[in-house]
Amino acid sequence: MTYRTGLSDPNENIRNQSTLLSLPRFSQRFPHRHFLSIEGLKRTEILNLLDLADHFADANRRSSDLTKSLSGRTQINLFFEASTRTQSSFELAGKRLGANVMNMSVKGSSMKKGETLIDTAMTLNAMRPDILVVRHHAAGAAELLSQKVSCSVINAGDGAHQHPTQALLDALTIRRNKGRVEGLTVAICGDILHSRVARSNIYLLNLLGARVRVVAPSTLLPPHADRLGAEVFTSMKEGLKDADIIMMLRLQLERMNGAFVPSTREYYYFFGLDYKKLKLAKPDALVMHPGPMNRGVEISSSVADDTRSVIQQQVEMGVAVRMAVLEALAGNCSGDEGEI
Amino acid sequence: MSGFSPIVMTAAEAGKPVALVNARLVDPKSGLDEAGGLIIEKGLIADFGPHLFRPPEGDNENLAIVDCGGDMLCPGLVDMMVFAGEPGYRHRESLKSAGMAAAAGGVTTLICMPNTKPVIDDVALVDFIKRRAHDTGFAHVHTMAALTKGLKGEELSEIGLLCDAGAVAFTNAYSSVMNAQLMRRILAYAKDFDALVVHYTEDRDLAGNGVMHEGEVSSRLGLPGIPVEAETIILERDMQLVEMTGARYHAALLSAARSLDIIASAKARGLPVSCGVSINHLAHNENDIGPYRTFFKVKPPLRTEEDRRALIAGVKSGLIDVVVSAHDPKDADVKRHPFAEAADGAIGVETLLPALLRHYHNQELSLPELLRPVTCNPAALLGLETGEIAKGKPADLTRVDLDVPWSVNPEELHSKSKNTPFDNQQMQGRVVATYLAGRQVFPFVEPAEGEGAR
Repeated sequence: MTYRTGLSDPNENIRNQSTLLSLPRFSQRFPHRHFLSIEGLKRTEILNLLDLADHFADANRRSSDLTKSLSGRTQINLFFEASTRTQSSFELAGKRLGANVMNMSVKGSSMKKGETLIDTAMTLNAMRPDILVVRHHAAGAAELLSQKVSCSVINAGDGAHQHPTQALLDALTIRRNKGRVEGLTVAICGDILHSRVARSNIYLLNLLGARVRVVAPSTLLPPHADRLGAEVFTSMKEGLKDADIIMMLRLQLERMNGAFVPSTREYYYFFGLDYKKLKLAKPDALVMHPGPMNRGVEISSSVADDTRSVIQQQVEMGVAVRMAVLEALAGNCSGDEGEI
Repeated sequence: MSGFSPIVMTAAEAGKPVALVNARLVDPKSGLDEAGGLIIEKGLIADFGPHLFRPPEGDNENLAIVDCGGDMLCPGLVDMMVFAGEPGYRHRESLKSAGMAAAAGGVTTLICMPNTKPVIDDVALVDFIKRRAHDTGFAHVHTMAALTKGLKGEELSEIGLLCDAGAVAFTNAYSSVMNAQLMRRILAYAKDFDALVVHYTEDRDLAGNGVMHEGEVSSRLGLPGIPVEAETIILERDMQLVEMTGARYHAALLSAARSLDIIASAKARGLPVSCGVSINHLAHNENDIGPYRTFFKVKPPLRTEEDRRALIAGVKSGLIDVVVSAHDPKDADVKRHPFAEAADGAIGVETLLPALLRHYHNQELSLPELLRPVTCNPAALLGLETGEIAKGKPADLTRVDLDVPWSVNPEELHSKSKNTPFDNQQMQGRVVATYLAGRQVFPFVEPAEGEGAR
């Protein structure tokens, strides 16, 4: 079973013929030491990553085909914020490539004892990992860390700033289902203000030539959202009209009940994705969600489980995309002394 | 520090008058800007003018002569907003280290902020600062006292007694008095003592958990923003309360073009108001934050380039009365965090004058225009006998080589904390010597070591 249709990629034939030996190579080495943000990446770099992830997605379905290109490398997953989904995805990705993976959940341990982010980073750096995967509640945390350690840093989400692997996996899911990203209309709906997923997706989808909309009540829109590269809508009726892709975002419970929206039921009535609202989009529209979902808050259970929903595929692509990013950075892992 | 001998100091201490000749005299109060010289006698300016361009004719045996080599000689600066670390935060700054930074930056008068530990809201603490500052002796030091007890914004401090003790003004530091009723009473009460109320204007609720200017940049960085309205709402409210009470009011730190409109309109109505900006807001804008550089995290937040340009225009037109360093020493421990969690504040007393001189070199401001808000204007607001070149006034003077290029090395600055946003930036113009009541306090006579002795 494959999701791919009409992908016009010159390498496709080669890739389909064989598996491992023809691992899609970057025309140039991935030119970044860290993977912190979609901003700053070039279109070709993203396409290369997507091609590589495409390969891994196929290979993952035939577990015998896996390469061990990260064999002997150490990957530390440093999570200051709990995230079962992202952390296990990175863990699996690293392990499938043969890396030694260590998980560190810092929440509630040393940070509570007054250790700062930089202390933690320097401690871990002294253990000489090759790759540090970081999730932190503060925007810019991964960037700050990357300045202090000598290994490669992957941003697995920093506050409301960026979640670049999520955007890549979304793009891969779209591409495998629709055959392209260019020219599609993507409506990102929900809590845009606090969403790193939305920010990463807006940049990436623009780079790949999609038309991006954001749909949310004004209290959940960042100032000047239009200047980020998205058309702004405050009603689902207009925002979903003729959309090819609907991306729903999670609304944190603490932001309901009067702080940003009056109540869960009012939010669901106006912004929750149900069949009635889904009808406004194109008939073959895809429904996406980065998870974890609040069923009955931003999405109805039946829509979440509908055939148009690709939410489970997103999870699968997540592993493939993270393998691609790890693989790309592995070529750049150096033994340089970082200045601390 | 080039080889300037402390001859002047010994001569002055011996009571021998000093002639500073071959200088470019700039006095913003009188508009003076001409080649000339100046004579210091018994700590006062005895004479000045073009006739002293060369050493006086005749017998100069009892006159120490210093050739300024064409350097600018201007009044010593009055920095109206300095956090000097004492009491309570000596690890960040001390009156001595702040005083040395001031002397090296041509600042002869420091106005200390009361947000110390304990808060300066008591006559004993005002007295403490006076005595401590006298001991260190690198600059005149005055203190503002807290506007409300403990800076909590709940009860009036003892404005009358604090005035008598020597507090030069009253401020609530970096928090605004949110209660309009209390603010009205503060202003009404302060009016009875002719006390100056220096207020930071930021609506606490509207600013919320914001950490930078609210706009496109904050949206991109994923950081919560502080809208301009947080400043203008409180400022507008205060203007109406000033109109009700007639108190003397100074908006401590403005950041936005729209705030200047409010000040302009209040001044046009004849209200006794003035306003200040920090050098950081004249030199930088929101884009300087770039990849989360926390040395650019200041209060109020750096705003847009249009705002920055408007502030410079405001200094030029005189609408902005005062420029301060907003010197706020913070050690690396509280700055090296993700942006939202890092402390606010930047040091600046030592770089205040060089940073202002950039606007002279790029022809945005004339020397009198840029000196006015750091000399005679704050002196007049605070009722201080300094900030001008006039016969009989204290010889608080700064000699500046206007052209020498240099780059800012934080390690060479004298503040105990190194959080300067001017880190590694290029400057043109540097202080050559600083005189405090006729006594040369910079270059330092002894090497600047032994810090911590006090």
